[in-house]
Amino acid sequence: MQLTESHKQYWSKNLRITAILLFIWFVVTFVVGFYARDLAFNFFGWPFSFWMGAQGSLVIYVLIIAYYAHYMNKLDQEYDCAEVEED
Amino acid sequence: MAGMTPDAGGGFGGSGQSNAAFKQQLNKIYAWYTGGFVLFVVVLAILEQMGLGRAMIGYIFLGATVLLYAGIGVMSRTNDAAEYYVAGRRVPAVYNGMATGADWMSAASFIGMAGTLYLTGYGGLAFIMGWTGGYCLVALFLAPYLRKFGQFTIPDFLGARYDGNFPRFLGIIAAILCSFVYVVAQIYGVGLITTRLAGVPFEVGIFVGLGGILVCSFLGGMKAVTWTQVAQYIILIIAYLIPVIWLSVKQTGVPIPQLIYGSQLEKVTAREAELIKDPKELEVRAIFKARADALSEKLKDVPAALAADKEAAEKKVADLKAANAPAPEIAAAEKALAAVPKDVEAAKKAWTAQRTSANNRANPLANMPRHAQQFAGDPNGDEKARTAFETSRRNFLALIFCLMVGTAALPHILMRYYTTPSVKQARESVTWSLFFIFLLYFTAPALAVLVKYEVFNVLVGTPFDKLPAWVASWNKVDPALLSVVDVNKDGIFQLAEMTIGGDIIVLATPEIGGLPYVISGMVAAGGLAAALSTADGLLLTMANALSHDLYYKMIDPNAPAARRVLISKILLLIVALLAAYVAYQVHVSKNADILFLVAAAFSFAAASFFPALVLGIFWKRATAAGACAGMIAGLGISFYYMSITHPLFRGWFDVTSPIELWWGILPISAGLFGVPVGFAVIILVSLVTPAPKKEIQELVDHVRYPTLRGDTVNTIAT
Repeated sequence: MQLTESHKQYWSKNLRITAILLFIWFVVTFVVGFYARDLAFNFFGWPFSFWMGAQGSLVIYVLIIAYYAHYMNKLDQEYDCAEVEED
Repeated sequence: MAGMTPDAGGGFGGSGQSNAAFKQQLNKIYAWYTGGFVLFVVVLAILEQMGLGRAMIGYIFLGATVLLYAGIGVMSRTNDAAEYYVAGRRVPAVYNGMATGADWMSAASFIGMAGTLYLTGYGGLAFIMGWTGGYCLVALFLAPYLRKFGQFTIPDFLGARYDGNFPRFLGIIAAILCSFVYVVAQIYGVGLITTRLAGVPFEVGIFVGLGGILVCSFLGGMKAVTWTQVAQYIILIIAYLIPVIWLSVKQTGVPIPQLIYGSQLEKVTAREAELIKDPKELEVRAIFKARADALSEKLKDVPAALAADKEAAEKKVADLKAANAPAPEIAAAEKALAAVPKDVEAAKKAWTAQRTSANNRANPLANMPRHAQQFAGDPNGDEKARTAFETSRRNFLALIFCLMVGTAALPHILMRYYTTPSVKQARESVTWSLFFIFLLYFTAPALAVLVKYEVFNVLVGTPFDKLPAWVASWNKVDPALLSVVDVNKDGIFQLAEMTIGGDIIVLATPEIGGLPYVISGMVAAGGLAAALSTADGLLLTMANALSHDLYYKMIDPNAPAARRVLISKILLLIVALLAAYVAYQVHVSKNADILFLVAAAFSFAAASFFPALVLGIFWKRATAAGACAGMIAGLGISFYYMSITHPLFRGWFDVTSPIELWWGILPISAGLFGVPVGFAVIILVSLVTPAPKKEIQELVDHVRYPTLRGDTVNTIAT
């Protein structure tokens, strides 16, 4: 079958949000990890990079996934791609 | 279909109900269940006060939990293919999240991780980040698309997308390779915990645990495993949190350890600085240094030193006998004589090991890095310190990468996202999965710091005869886990006088916090739940890969559903027994490399599955030839790197050349090379082979959209 313009737009929006969230994931994990020694200022008792590794990054991961689910579920509705769900 | 199956399961059938009513019913069941579990623990606690013995508490916990899991299995028994393979695709997002949490968190997460953090400080956070951040990749790249695809296994997707049995076959091999290694570690964990919990022999422990696993997955497949895993998650999270909260209240007065342990970490850091300079600590470390030097001296001329040792030991026995010394003294001397190495080869091995251990114990802080210090070495120091810093940082990041990509490629986790009612719920279910995993993972670093505070401030400096009871009792259980010896004979405990194994930290926390024994039993039951739930998921993955992918899809495509399910059940039994046998061999041979093998499974999964799955969804041009070449290349390069760098693999393949690390990357992170190679090979080979045919491209569109108007592809398997 041929995809419509609207379908293509849906997919490119999906790719965009995926790229943005992946970028945040990368910064939180690898950039903060790389500069961990320099980011050791005191953060409520923890050195900041220690806190990020133990808690901060985890919270951000949960938020990334939650936001993606929310965004895509809304996008499905907008572009008429949502499933008919019995509930 | 679902309506045709005998539904004995009062609560877990869900047939004929709407999804919302089913979810409400589940809420009710699990609320009662949680209340019942708490009540059970309270009743046991009261019985303990009335004089119920420790062994009995252990038996009751072991028996009650295993029976409970088996009971859920019996209630959820099924022969229907969709029920058996994907729980009828009606597991609500929240419950799939809990089940994934239990599926994911293994004995290593529950028991091992806090210990690793205790021993390695910041370096251990690679596991915390790696094993959670991987879910971002699952959510963004895989879960929703696999759910839309809607079949039974991960090789199913490879077979359909890359149109052929060879990609499917590679998928089967990789799935079995990763899962088998992983399940052996779980069954080994089950054996250890049951030994501790109820004092039964290792092999009996394995079979009791195996019985619980088998009744459950054997009768009800994914359906039974799902509802058992939810039950197991509830037990394991309660068991993990309660002792940590208690310890936090005891130390700081605040019942939220995760919020408060920053201040404890500051105190630990300050105490570390004191301990490094403490004269008593220096005295003990000097003794170990002297021992290491003496061993070096002996290693220079092993035959002569061995002869001298033997002569001295024989002379001592003879002297004591001649002087009519008391029997225990003679026995001790004879034991010392028997402990002298048999030949030069054995002596060399034993003394080298002893020297390494003595050298380690001569290091500051009992060979632990300072807890909050990021990486070894010093970026502003001399050449050596700079290299140490760079290598340590590179390995930290490489390990995170491998664990994350591996998480997003382990088939037993991905398979769980086939079980939700819709793509929408699959997405939400990843959020719930990570949330439930997060609850345990952000507690583990807190636990490690609280225990360290306790050891540094309460234990260190205490006279030996006043040490808390838990030290002596664990010392007795297994000296390899905890041993304290007054090395400098001053009667006071110094940090350098203790060796502690990581596995003890979680199991001993209730005793460190001064809680009754029933809580220790509960923690062990939680560890058992973690190991059993992961083993369940892994065994099912392997049995399904063999019965569904190999037998049904490749050998006998006309096999009726009932026969497929039957074959899957038989295979499950065979694989489980095989895994138990290997776990027993590991136990007998005392092969400590089991943890390395688990980490290796992540690198293998990452290198073989991740590139082929992601490109299959996001790049229509990826071809079958490309995917096959990429999977082989990725897996091959990881395997090759481990076989030339890790002692265990080098032993298997008889590699004798000197170890040459690539950019200083340790073998545990071999996936760092495998994943990019896998991607590169798929892309290059795809570009030089003809584009996939039109039907395949339409399949890709089909999985990309939850609903695609005008779509004629239907991949849902029944």
